[in-house]
Amino acid sequence: MAIFLTKDSKVIVQGMTGSEGMKHTHRMLASGTNIVGGVNPRKAGTTVDVDGTEVPVFGTVAEAMEATGADVTVVFVPPKFTKDAVVEAIEAGIGLAVVITEGVPVHDTAQFWALAGAKGNKTRIIGPNCPGLITPGQSNAGIIPASITKPGRIGLVSKSGTLTYQMMYELADIGFSTAVGIGGDPIIGTTHIDCLQAFQDDPDTDAIVMIGEIGGDAEERAAAYIAEHITKPVVGYVAGFTAPEGKTMGHAGAIVSGSSGTAQAKQDALEAVGVKVGKTPSETARLMREIMAG
Amino acid sequence: MDLFEYQARDLFAKHGVPVLPGEVVFTPEEARAAAERMGGKAVVKAQVKVGGRGKAGGVKLAFSTDEVVEKTEQILGLDIKGHIVKKVMLAGLAKPVDEYYVSFLLDRTNRTFLAMASVEGGVEIEVVAEENPDALARIPVDAIEGVTEAKAREIVEAAKFPAELHDQIVATLKTLWTVFVEEDATLVEVNPLIKSEEGKIIALDGKVSLDENADFRHPDHEALEDKDAADPLEAAAKAKGLNYVKLDGSVGIIGNGAGLVMSTLDVVAYAGENHGGVKPANFLDIGGGASAEVMANGLEIILGDADVKSVFVNVFGGITACDAVANGIVQALELLKQKGEAVTKPLVVRLDGNNAELGRQILTDANHPLVQQVDTMDGAAERAAELAAAK
Repeated sequence: MAIFLTKDSKVIVQGMTGSEGMKHTHRMLASGTNIVGGVNPRKAGTTVDVDGTEVPVFGTVAEAMEATGADVTVVFVPPKFTKDAVVEAIEAGIGLAVVITEGVPVHDTAQFWALAGAKGNKTRIIGPNCPGLITPGQSNAGIIPASITKPGRIGLVSKSGTLTYQMMYELADIGFSTAVGIGGDPIIGTTHIDCLQAFQDDPDTDAIVMIGEIGGDAEERAAAYIAEHITKPVVGYVAGFTAPEGKTMGHAGAIVSGSSGTAQAKQDALEAVGVKVGKTPSETARLMREIMAG
Repeated sequence: MDLFEYQARDLFAKHGVPVLPGEVVFTPEEARAAAERMGGKAVVKAQVKVGGRGKAGGVKLAFSTDEVVEKTEQILGLDIKGHIVKKVMLAGLAKPVDEYYVSFLLDRTNRTFLAMASVEGGVEIEVVAEENPDALARIPVDAIEGVTEAKAREIVEAAKFPAELHDQIVATLKTLWTVFVEEDATLVEVNPLIKSEEGKIIALDGKVSLDENADFRHPDHEALEDKDAADPLEAAAKAKGLNYVKLDGSVGIIGNGAGLVMSTLDVVAYAGENHGGVKPANFLDIGGGASAEVMANGLEIILGDADVKSVFVNVFGGITACDAVANGIVQALELLKQKGEAVTKPLVVRLDGNNAELGRQILTDANHPLVQQVDTMDGAAERAAELAAAK
């Protein structure tokens, strides 16, 4: 089962012929993803040889979907063109758009998010500024290195890419159903709450790791949601206890303003609803290990 | 990026929001020349990116050119909550009959934009929000539709502005929305928005924050950056394209990925509790690539920080393999040596993930006297804190 992405997912890549797009198309194919095409209006009708696999290039997302039945797109186009690319994917009605691009203006994200809503939320958006998602052993849509982990029954949702990798690596022997990097921008498509609910509903997931960081109130709202709707065990980690107020810590959304968005507030909210929160990534992994050992 | 008041005023003026005449000056001499142009009367306002400057003596009225110069002398150099005043704005005089509040901002929680408006302006809006929440109207704004005539009317009515001012405030809101969208702002705030004796609506003081991700479509925004304020190390790091923030501790940090680096800071501070309260000296994310050159640039910045006593290099090999990172560290140390910048501070390196064994072996073979390896993040943080405390 897994969430959002399975072995049956047919994946296209917007921006496949760029350097990042090419590098990661190669990696996604190598980790078993069913890549059915790329999109580039200037190279429509050609094919690209990726390690012996001929991947067709289409002029638009709609044409790619028509020809291949694609239901997932991974967006690697540069920030200047990201909004247009995502708008095109939404207009075409694709089921899932994974926006990897870092540095997208927040007005652009707000607009394509609003458009997705206006179109009845037929397109799930993950990101932007995210590593994507992986269902180990089945499919990999984004830049998460497939080699660091294996299939299993833990679900993971995280704002941060490298902390996702660290956690998947620490718990590689137990393995993951799906790991989703939702991104660290002020506005993102899929949230912690969306992933928590999907993992709750997924028969192949037994427990959930949730990784948050400073900025916004997504973790606090996730905590309230867990109390109401999530019965599977959840282990949490929050990064950014030492971040000073008013300084952006790498991710555009990782900024503490006034009393809101602090790591302590997030940890307190999670612990108040019975989520065990680790002090370090390794301690968090140990907490999950104890739960999975029964 | 947060702007100064005078920069916000200039942006407002550019888009046609009603503002008073204003000029920014850096010296009493410049103030004299500007005062003469403005007819000898002005409000002298300290330009600092912090609230509460009125109470701190940073805003003064002047009714002659000599008085403008005198007040400018008094305000320049003031310390307002740790911000030293380096420039003042001379603004035209207006007698507010009433003071209001309006703003547009990013609403992260609802993933859209928000308009806020109140007839209780001129005070900290957080105070209004807390003490009299009903007096602050909050109206969501759709990112695609924006502030239409109807939306502006909705805001004006929700905030209960006096009926005779509706048309003026509606027009001002629509223009402010243009500023918000066309300048890629994440905050446009006017406080106070005043009604003058003549019954005119004027934006008396403004706050604007711009989205740096949108700089590619705003070449003019670079000139708005406050280069004076940046810490010298932060400025040097920015010039090298590094994502660096100076902090006040003594353990230098280099890592890959914003989340992992943030986590590294926490783990070092946590370990530091057992070593006399040692804390991280900086945030530095060298990104996924971690090439030798980027590693050398990062090490150079961190080793150039006199507060740093030990360095913790924390890399998880995800896309990048650890052997490439280890080679990067070895080459970085060599590059620094060739530049004549001797490395004298201990480096604790933790490599994990792809090809970690190979990477560790490369560092072992290089056998650099100041490089120590610890295999886990928690253990390495502990060691780096211990080394910083021992210095």
